[in-house]
Amino acid sequence: MGYFLQQLINGLTLGMIYGLIAIGYTMVYGIIGMINFAHGEIFMIGAFIAFIAFLALGLIGIGWVPLALLIVLVATMLLTSAYGWALERVAYRPLRHSPRLAALITAIGMSIFLQNYVQLLQGARVKPLQPVVTGGVRFFETGEFAVAFSFLQMVIIVITLGLMLGFTLLINRTALGRAQRACQQDLGMASLVGINVDRTIALTFVLGASLASVAGLMFLLNYGVIDFYIGFQAGIKAFTAAVLGGIGSIPGAMLGGLLIGLIEAFWSAYFSVEYKDVATFAILILVLIFRPTGLLGKPDVEKV
Amino acid sequence: MRARAAAPPSVDWARALKDAGLVAGIVVLLAIALAGFRIQDESGGPPLAYRFNDVVAAALIAFLGRLGIAALRAQRAVPVLAGALVFAIALSGVLVFGADEQLLPFQSTVLNGTIALAAWMLSARAAWLVWHAASETSTEVREARMDRLSAQVQKLAWWVGPLLLGLAVALPFLPWADRRLLDIATLVVTYIMLGWGLNIVVGLAGLLDLGYVAFYAVGAYSYALLALHFDLGFWVCLPFAGIMAAFAGILLGFPVLRLRGDYLAIVTLGFGEIVRIILLNWYAFTKGPDGLSGIPRPTFFGLPIAREAPEGGHSFHSFFGLEYSPVDRIIFLYYLALALALLTNLVTLRIRRLPVGRAWEALREDEIACRSLGVHPRNTKLTAFAIGAMFGGFGGSFFATRQGFISPESFTFLESAIILAIVVLGGMGSQIGVVLAAILLIGLPEVFRELNQYRMLAFGLAMVAIMAWRPRGLLAHREPTVRLYHGPPDASDGGPRA
Repeated sequence: MGYFLQQLINGLTLGMIYGLIAIGYTMVYGIIGMINFAHGEIFMIGAFIAFIAFLALGLIGIGWVPLALLIVLVATMLLTSAYGWALERVAYRPLRHSPRLAALITAIGMSIFLQNYVQLLQGARVKPLQPVVTGGVRFFETGEFAVAFSFLQMVIIVITLGLMLGFTLLINRTALGRAQRACQQDLGMASLVGINVDRTIALTFVLGASLASVAGLMFLLNYGVIDFYIGFQAGIKAFTAAVLGGIGSIPGAMLGGLLIGLIEAFWSAYFSVEYKDVATFAILILVLIFRPTGLLGKPDVEKV
Repeated sequence: MRARAAAPPSVDWARALKDAGLVAGIVVLLAIALAGFRIQDESGGPPLAYRFNDVVAAALIAFLGRLGIAALRAQRAVPVLAGALVFAIALSGVLVFGADEQLLPFQSTVLNGTIALAAWMLSARAAWLVWHAASETSTEVREARMDRLSAQVQKLAWWVGPLLLGLAVALPFLPWADRRLLDIATLVVTYIMLGWGLNIVVGLAGLLDLGYVAFYAVGAYSYALLALHFDLGFWVCLPFAGIMAAFAGILLGFPVLRLRGDYLAIVTLGFGEIVRIILLNWYAFTKGPDGLSGIPRPTFFGLPIAREAPEGGHSFHSFFGLEYSPVDRIIFLYYLALALALLTNLVTLRIRRLPVGRAWEALREDEIACRSLGVHPRNTKLTAFAIGAMFGGFGGSFFATRQGFISPESFTFLESAIILAIVVLGGMGSQIGVVLAAILLIGLPEVFRELNQYRMLAFGLAMVAIMAWRPRGLLAHREPTVRLYHGPPDASDGGPRA
């Protein structure tokens, strides 16, 4: 029971990170119908910027953890958003009216570019960071085993839930959210009723990038090591999560992320660590065979 | 289009300045963290080094460049020409004569060189505008011009193809063909073959496959394991490797081919990863990350191409009474790759004219229409998947025999992405386009290997730039395979379909 609970906590934490990245995939897909293949690299860049921000704060001498976390969070979101904006500007806007595959290739190109850009500027070696948030609570102590729920995991879960809540409000209650939902339904029609489509799409990328950067920050805190290659693995996991939940659906992305995190944690705990990714993809394939548009996706109506 | 404008439009300087300032601001935001700071790997000393010169330089250059382009748009070419020329000459001068390093904007020579090149290009563009006073050509005009060009290339295919083929066959005997060039050529031809194989799936059948490397891996491991465990030669294993890969294609395709578009893409990507992870972790069977080594080399009708002949037999050079030369094997591998690639091309060209090939292309255009005409979508897609996979398997076993060593590291998603990029950049469904794209994407970076750190950076940028320039691929021109009547081709239907 204790072991199960521990895996549940670990899986939820991991799932939160995947969910945050998956929202970026699903939003972009919902609006322009394209896979943003460079989104994983945005996540990686977020992790690097957070790393640098922590070190910089350490040099200045801001040591109070909550303040440092807040500053790093804001700085990371701001700076990474610029990458999201630039990505849209360089790789997507020129190709808005081109075949979809073209944009896929530019996104893959940007992904290769960004990976090597970070490698060039920051070196290829794995970067370890001292733990920032330490401590935690232990409960269910039975003999030698106790369920540990670290403060870090609490921070991750609380921040993610807060962001998701804020984000849901943004989509459902604000003018930007309305514009986004309108664009999702019909780009041409949205521009006819006076929505600035270019701006809305750019803001979608910015929002997605800032959420991914928070995921990067959490990944950094959770694992303590990053390198320029983390974006690929996390990216395809998060994309899998978005598809599993039904691509285009934001609650679906959160659900998918949580599911992937849980699957990974439980599979690693009860079966084998090596094959956790195989399990993830196998479950994705199984779900898609029975529900071809994902768990919460709307069925594709085909008109002749 | 070329008419001299009566009066140049007035420049909205406030707007141009604001725009340039915005761009410079974005550049600062982009660069400040990642380029301004550097995480220090060495323990001891400060964990973070900082250097903001590069950031300031990048922002300044972005600001000036943006202003220059705005001025060009407004046909104020002369001041731009002067400014860009002065900048280009100054920068190149410092670069070439190495005066004072403090004068250079960036630390890295390659970056400085790129900026100098960009300045030269801007001045060339400005000079062109000074003499011609031409307005910017619109995207449609450029597209149409390139479309006509690629239509021409397609029309010339009947002699461009044989010409390229002749060149390819003669390559090893050209005077400047050394070992390095042949190695690069073999690599390019391998990718051409993989591109043609994937073209069947993506270009003809219209199925987005992001896990093509899985079949490549299956082919490579099939050959290596068969050869190592059962002591079989390359030629015996080649068909088996193809069959195994085709079988893997059917295995994957059977459950998932009714998925559409991007769902199929992610499933194939996942399959590619599954294959790689299994190869990595099934140590007893694949030796995991250690890889398989000692994979036998191919023979020429049973004659090994080596210095030492086997016991009681001949090797290639002793059988034909030739002098042994170490380049022989390289040349042989090159021809082997060429033969396999030509086989792929031939099969593709012939199969396009078979009912199944027609069905692929019809399915790509409209699945519902096909179903109503009695084409079985899943079986038809399965054949495309299996045949494409088979050529991937051939390519894989060639890779294994060429390298003599394989490990899961060679079969990452990047390989799939590169092969897909070759197909899409070439212009989907265009056989010559694949050749062109493979030379551009594989050959050029190999030639510039000295720039190793910047190579992949430029590779990624080139993919973006080419797609932005030609969104439908370099040689995107689709000739209808069947015409209802043999009238003169209508200009309006000659264009490619999106």
